[in-house]
Amino acid sequence: MSHLLQINDLEVKFALRTGDITAIDGIRFTLDRGEKLGLVGESGAGKSVTGFSIINLLSKPGYISKGKIFFQGNEISSYPNEKMRKIRGNAISMIFQDPMMTLNPVFTVGFQMIETIQAHREISKANARKIALEKLKKVHIPSPEKRLEQYPHELSGGMRQRIIIAISLLTDPAIIIADEPTTALDVTIQAEIMDLLQELCASDNMALILITHDLGVVSQVTEKIAVMYAGKIIEYGSTDQVVKHPVHPYTEGLIKSIPGTLIKHGEDLVQIPGMMPTLTNIPPGCAFNPRCYLKESICTQKTPELRDMGQGVQAACHVKQRGNRQNNNEAG
Amino acid sequence: MTKLQKFKESYFLYSFKRDKVAMASFIILVILLILAVTAPWIAPMDPYGANNIDIMNSEIPPMWSDGGESQFPLGTDNMGRDMFSTMLYGLRTSIIIGVCAVALQAGIGIFVGLTAGFIGGKTDAFLMRLADIQFSFPYLMLAIFIGAIFQVVFGVGSYERLAVPLLIIIIGLAEWPVYARTIRASVIGEVNKEYVEAARIIGLSRPTIMVRHVLPNSLTSVMVISTIQIANAVMSEAALSFLGLGMPVTKPSLGSLIQSGFEFIFSGSWWITVFPGVWLILFVLVINLLGDWLRDVLNPKLYKG
Amino acid sequence: MKPDNILLSVKNVVKHFDITGGFLDQIKFKNGRIGLEKISVKAVNDVSFFVKKGEVLGVVGESGCGKSTIARVIMGLYPPNSGEIYYDGKRIDNLTHEQMLPFRKKMQMIFQDPYASLNPRKTVQQTLEEPLRFHHPEFSNKEIKDKIEEVMDQVGVDPAWIKRYPHEFSGGQRQRISIARGLILDPEFIVADEPVSALDVSIQAQILNLLMKAGRERNLTYLFITHDLSVVRHISTRVAVMYLGTICELAKSLDLFANPRHPYTKALLSAIPVVGEKRAKHIKLKGEVPTPVELPTGCVFHARCVYADERCSTQVPLLRTLDNGSSVACHAVEENRITA
Repeated sequence: MSHLLQINDLEVKFALRTGDITAIDGIRFTLDRGEKLGLVGESGAGKSVTGFSIINLLSKPGYISKGKIFFQGNEISSYPNEKMRKIRGNAISMIFQDPMMTLNPVFTVGFQMIETIQAHREISKANARKIALEKLKKVHIPSPEKRLEQYPHELSGGMRQRIIIAISLLTDPAIIIADEPTTALDVTIQAEIMDLLQELCASDNMALILITHDLGVVSQVTEKIAVMYAGKIIEYGSTDQVVKHPVHPYTEGLIKSIPGTLIKHGEDLVQIPGMMPTLTNIPPGCAFNPRCYLKESICTQKTPELRDMGQGVQAACHVKQRGNRQNNNEAG
Repeated sequence: MTKLQKFKESYFLYSFKRDKVAMASFIILVILLILAVTAPWIAPMDPYGANNIDIMNSEIPPMWSDGGESQFPLGTDNMGRDMFSTMLYGLRTSIIIGVCAVALQAGIGIFVGLTAGFIGGKTDAFLMRLADIQFSFPYLMLAIFIGAIFQVVFGVGSYERLAVPLLIIIIGLAEWPVYARTIRASVIGEVNKEYVEAARIIGLSRPTIMVRHVLPNSLTSVMVISTIQIANAVMSEAALSFLGLGMPVTKPSLGSLIQSGFEFIFSGSWWITVFPGVWLILFVLVINLLGDWLRDVLNPKLYKG
Repeated sequence: MKPDNILLSVKNVVKHFDITGGFLDQIKFKNGRIGLEKISVKAVNDVSFFVKKGEVLGVVGESGCGKSTIARVIMGLYPPNSGEIYYDGKRIDNLTHEQMLPFRKKMQMIFQDPYASLNPRKTVQQTLEEPLRFHHPEFSNKEIKDKIEEVMDQVGVDPAWIKRYPHEFSGGQRQRISIARGLILDPEFIVADEPVSALDVSIQAQILNLLMKAGRERNLTYLFITHDLSVVRHISTRVAVMYLGTICELAKSLDLFANPRHPYTKALLSAIPVVGEKRAKHIKLKGEVPTPVELPTGCVFHARCVYADERCSTQVPLLRTLDNGSSVACHAVEENRITA
């Protein structure tokens, strides 16, 4: 059975004056209908680039240098721009962090919504308006008729993000890619938007790729998680399992460094020393090795591959993989 | 890493090397500047010295046309001065006036802009209205006005001696609002940044913060407009001289040279006007091209240092 | 409570920003008359609290609640419209620039954006030197150099990088430098305005640990402003929750998170996503945050509150201290109308 979205060994490079740098280094994951995947990592880990490369919207010096992306069994990574436009914003929609980036400030909400529908479908203006209204109701916007006549600046941040979600729903997409959709919003509004996304995925059997740095949000919304570090997925699997029993030392450090229940009030937080390398000077071997408390000599020599670690989790860590093999041998 | 190394690896140098137009402009500009600065040593004759000039040599065409003499490669003007030498001296005068006028503009403009942007409120409103009024004055009117005052105060006879500072003051006063507005806009952008708040929390006084923190961060835009302004100032000077309000014919700038030749252009002595004209266009063009490139490179939206 | 235990106290501070613009913008045509009208953002409305020596007072709230404004009013960056601020028993909100200088040494601030808080044209050395040379002109070059190295060591930035410019550092390192600038005058009191919000998760922990360590070693008092509830829970002794320019609840950190009283605090806490826990239904608030330009009458929260009644829409609730020492500004709490 083919997956809704399948990404095989995707590699994205940026052609800079000093030579090409690798932003995404051989990532793979799959997504099925109705599935929600969290793409987690710190800034510069490559999560947004992954999102952009799926819909083939990489900005100029960036290009897909290797690997394939399949959508509904078709290889879309090789589609020409013309053909890709039929999928982008149609079968796959994207939501950005800043709603004002997507909304044009000089047109009303209604105008922009109707235009979007008409760009993808042969449909009369009146019917397009009906669809727009229906979608606004779906994202629980109060008095939707009034909103259609309003300009983006007349709406609050939370309302704008709802409008963006409504716009992304206009073409009944199979996948929504949400890039930090709530980072600019307050917690109470963030919670509402996340509820809304979950509800929509359930009611329309839509798949969601949630790109965020916030492990808390991911753990509440998604059932699958991919943790990225320096352009690679270093841990991938069921969200519950990864969040409760992280395998990779980076994931572990990330979770423990969040002030919360694990550490007693006022005591030092668990911290990962150092910082993520920039893409131009990724250390040899495992990219995390200079910050890792489990570091061994192999870690500086060989790049670890994602391997099955049991419990539906894959991780890329030499030390943990060896431990896992030993456990299996003892058990067997 | 030394400063030189840093410069070698900088984006600035990289984009310069890639931009052929900028490189060519830069080379031409450097040549023009060297010619202008060294004019007294390299020019075949001194056009200011009355005893070198022989009226019998007037209106000799360039050396390659009929009647040309190799002594005067680009011909002579109506007073018998070697065109080439006069153009070198003229460029020198034009550049001196241009650079000094821009320095004056920048001085006034930066002071006014900083004060307006940092203090804000009524002071800001007053200074900016002043800039508006200044801008709505045609600079020609200003030139006639100031010229008249000068001549009354110092006497018509000393005009030749005072022409250069006079032009500097006229052009400097005419265009300072360009700087004031740019600086004010960039100061208003900087003043609310947290590093300025940090400086206030340290307890530094407002003038100190203005000069030490805000000004250095507003200078990028000053650099960009300065190139354009120098070109403009040279053009203004030429225009004023052409109208007879600028440099006297005895000490010609490029503008007064063009003007002096203009009377003879229909009698066939085209070279007296055309050569200084081309010279002027070349100079202004390379500055503008360099300015364009500089603006692109220093545009903070395109490049973050 | 001994009053000499109090380092900073803020009394009935009001701060409104006039956003009307020029004279022509003020002219309004209303009810057949032409008059002048001013529009102002009511950022802070009658806020009072105190900070005890050695404690960390956290101030939380959503964007636009006035938490950053109150920080800047305390630091003397904005003059308050009314109200008083006392530092160590001395009133500081009405001092001249010169009179304020001795307090500048004792009170410092750390900013949110590590990219905007350091002057991009100054090296680390120039940035750190400036406060020392200004407040201690008697220091020799050697003393200044030693002091800078000591502080840089303390915040974990290699003193060998002293000649570098801010753009050569990462966000986390810049925030360390910014903290070093805050510490270099050996202050007693630090206002930290969202010091970790702009940083990545793994760097956040480093910076929080650094701030806590500096606090312990130097016996600092913090006013810690943030929108991140898990951060404030971890670091604060007491927490003040702000909504639309007023404090709606102020309590010991542990009490507040275990047993929030104010309906807004309850909603806010229920919305925090917790790692590894599927969300229990969070409390949904009606409507949206009103603008601080046109404040609601009565309790600023009443339009969104499920417990609101007639009294809430007319009378402004005051902060009242409950039996466990928490203070809450809510008529419903006072009247015991909240059952859950």
